[in-house]
Amino acid sequence: MREAVRIAVLLGGGALAVGLIAAVLDLPPPAVDLPEAVAAHMAQSGVEHPVTAVLLNFRGYDTLLEVAVLLLALLGVLTVVGNEAGTPGTAGAPDPVLQTLARLATPLMMLAAGYLLWAGAHRPGGAFQAGAILAAAAVLLNLAGVLPAWAVPRFWLRLGMAGGLLIFLAIAAGLLGQGALLRYPPEWAGTLILIIEAGLALSLGLILAGLFLLLGERGERR
Amino acid sequence: MSLAFDLLLAGALLWSAWRALATPDLTRAVVLFIVFGLLMTLAWARLSAPDIALAEAAIGAGLTGALLLDAIGALRRGEDERDDRS
Repeated sequence: MREAVRIAVLLGGGALAVGLIAAVLDLPPPAVDLPEAVAAHMAQSGVEHPVTAVLLNFRGYDTLLEVAVLLLALLGVLTVVGNEAGTPGTAGAPDPVLQTLARLATPLMMLAAGYLLWAGAHRPGGAFQAGAILAAAAVLLNLAGVLPAWAVPRFWLRLGMAGGLLIFLAIAAGLLGQGALLRYPPEWAGTLILIIEAGLALSLGLILAGLFLLLGERGERR
Repeated sequence: MSLAFDLLLAGALLWSAWRALATPDLTRAVVLFIVFGLLMTLAWARLSAPDIALAEAAIGAGLTGALLLDAIGALRRGEDERDDRS
């Protein structure tokens, strides 16, 4: 019986894979040449890197909603962690070599995050990558026993986590008079994108670190 | 030369994905998942998509791997406590 089920699953999975590949190969060529359209409007995007231009300018509202989704995920974690006040613990026993390494690596990681944020305007990089590196630095410090896990966040931490989205929303609301959502005036686009990205990098760093550090505390307490 | 590298990379991707799903040992599965994420980073870099490669390395391999390892640790602690009580 189990053998029959296994063979049926294998056959079904194989058929699905073949069907999907055939469907993808059968797709008609796209009617709109998107890379061409992006290249044609690069001059008014305010940045020089096409990926950043698409993420923060041409399809800025996608990024806006993505950040909102991440914030929602963090709210989900907060409801799991609950409001109980526990003693924040650190993961693992302190190890002097690891602690020194983490202390040495953290400034470099912050430097790398700042570089990625700045580089996003003209080469691969940007707010998400910078935020991920900031979060990784926080996780490293926590694992090395330098940074205690977070208890339920207080006002400033909450503000930091929501700040990126709030800045993004404020700029989006301020630009509503332009007639379309998130259409930047070309002469201001570069500055606005940099402001949004700086806020996003900090908030994403805190959110991603929070996903780890808030849950870490709960694991320690059980 | 680069074709051989690409074929090797694709094979290693499929192999690590399969092993990560099929291995019964959770710790090994997580380590294989991290390996898969790093290989995926290489694949994105080979496809000249450095933006996605950066995100994959930082979030896919790094943060997700750390979260999964932490989850295994929490599961182990839970099991230990249950053993202590019985």
